[in-house]
Amino acid sequence: MTTNLATSPARARALFDRIQQNRYLGLVGLAVALLAPFITATNYALSVMTSALLFVMLAVGLNIVVGYCGLLDLGYAAFFAIGAYVSGILATRYGWPLLATVPVVIVAAVVAGIVIGGPTLRLRSDYLAIVTLGFGEIIRITANNLTITGGPSGIYGIPGIMLLGVDLSGPVGLYYTCVVVVALAVLGAARLGRSRLGRAWRFIREDEDAAEAMGINTYRVKLAAYIGGAIWGGLAGILFGAQLSAISPPSFTFLWSALILMAVVLGGMGSTPGVVLGAIFISVLPELLREAADYRYFVFGILLIIVMIFRRQGLWPARAVERQSRRDRRRAEEQDVRKAEEVVP
Amino acid sequence: MSTRESVPLLRVQDLHLDFGGVKAVDGLTFQVYEDDVLSLVGPNGAGKTSAFNCITGFYKPTGGSITLHGTDITRLRPSAIAARGMSRTFQNLRLFGELTVLDNVRAGMHLRLRQNALDALLHTPRFRRTEREATDEANRWLDFVGLRGDRGGLARNLPYGEQRRVEIARALACGPKVLLLDEPAAGLNYGEKGELLDLLQRISGLGIAIVLIEHDMDLVMQVSRRVVVLNFGREIADGTPDEVRRDSAVIEAYLGRDDDEEDEEMMSHE
Repeated sequence: MTTNLATSPARARALFDRIQQNRYLGLVGLAVALLAPFITATNYALSVMTSALLFVMLAVGLNIVVGYCGLLDLGYAAFFAIGAYVSGILATRYGWPLLATVPVVIVAAVVAGIVIGGPTLRLRSDYLAIVTLGFGEIIRITANNLTITGGPSGIYGIPGIMLLGVDLSGPVGLYYTCVVVVALAVLGAARLGRSRLGRAWRFIREDEDAAEAMGINTYRVKLAAYIGGAIWGGLAGILFGAQLSAISPPSFTFLWSALILMAVVLGGMGSTPGVVLGAIFISVLPELLREAADYRYFVFGILLIIVMIFRRQGLWPARAVERQSRRDRRRAEEQDVRKAEEVVP
Repeated sequence: MSTRESVPLLRVQDLHLDFGGVKAVDGLTFQVYEDDVLSLVGPNGAGKTSAFNCITGFYKPTGGSITLHGTDITRLRPSAIAARGMSRTFQNLRLFGELTVLDNVRAGMHLRLRQNALDALLHTPRFRRTEREATDEANRWLDFVGLRGDRGGLARNLPYGEQRRVEIARALACGPKVLLLDEPAAGLNYGEKGELLDLLQRISGLGIAIVLIEHDMDLVMQVSRRVVVLNFGREIADGTPDEVRRDSAVIEAYLGRDDDEEDEEMMSHE
């Protein structure tokens, strides 16, 4: 009986690991996103799903900073705002098509990442969190006070997306545009996470001094994480403007930064499927709770607390185990048997 | 000894480190030559680890200079020093515990992997090739240090002795010319110490100079070509293990502290 108790969770975990490592997992997610409008395609449902996609993009972007690199950023909405405002201003005041604003938004996000990250990344943990919180507010308050950003009333009349003469500004067009962009964003963030740079981010998260001793310039690598997060946030801002056609400072309050962070923590920091799930959870759940009317956010809050108490590692935590190739495994086993004495790399 | 006349690989010149009024390192001078094995020994609090931290850039020394390969590295950040061919391990084992053993060793290869963010995003052939090479090399270093246990599993799940090996493999993966080991034998059992001795000799055989902080006198006397003895941040002896063992200042420093366990160890090898 004891063996039963001991093996069945282990077996469940092994199965879970297999599912999680499955390379087709991303394709399954993409298929779900592509097929969802065939189940329900009311304007309301499409808008909820589009918002969820944007949330996914923001969450995987913040996951680069918080999940991979371990930098607590409480002002992530700043990058989102920068993307939305830069593209919104260029589109409404200068008549640029939204697609043409993409390179400018990327440049603006990189600059913002350097400006905000440059001085703050010399700080560690709690101090960094406080300073990013400040920067998040600075961006929002600046937008509130400048004339070019439209002050408190913001920018309106942001056009939809046109691609090669095809109008993608309708709810369906926008939804599928978001599916494509967000799928690429998720894939890109996951790939970065598995690369040399992504490993360096994790080394810093685990032990900054040891990473530095290994020749990793931790300041530059942290700045890279910040810039990466900024680009993801900025691009999501363009889609946000396209979806709502109007943006204003209250769209970018601290609550946004907090909700995105919540999606990352709830899903499982550093885990791509986890963060995607967390973002969908955070954005869709309040809609599903509409029944509860005025108690909606109360129930939402209670549910979040329950999840965090019973699943602190997140809904779908990052998996740090690596499956080795058969050749490497066999070699390691041989090693276990005879202690290699003559092997010289 | 023949390399004595040549230019030293690492030169520490009149190193000072003050913490407020406390002189942690007080005028330390020594040289490390190619294929040297040099041990820094001394009672607890003698400033050995502080000296290591100055040499590797973690502490900014308050005085003196450190040159590696003839270039001044005194004010460089640790990563820049590592890039110039010096890597280290830590006294209290600083592995990336929540990452795999292989990833830990890949950390050492960070600087040498020619792969950028675009390669990673597009999974270019170069990305695949460099990742494969990194895995192969990490495996080779783990073979070299004789790691037993799951390489794809988390580093923190390995037994202590194996974690020590991983830390050395990680430092070796940096491709150092000088390797600084801070108490590599601490916490190892008798058999593991024997394996460590063998490993140190094989590392030396690769042409890597070793600087060792160690309390285990048995190991120090067997592996070192030279021993530098510190006391109160000051160097009190520098010579071959035999010379140092007979040095009156050393005997005094060790005998002056009756309660110290190193006394007996030191004595037992007289």
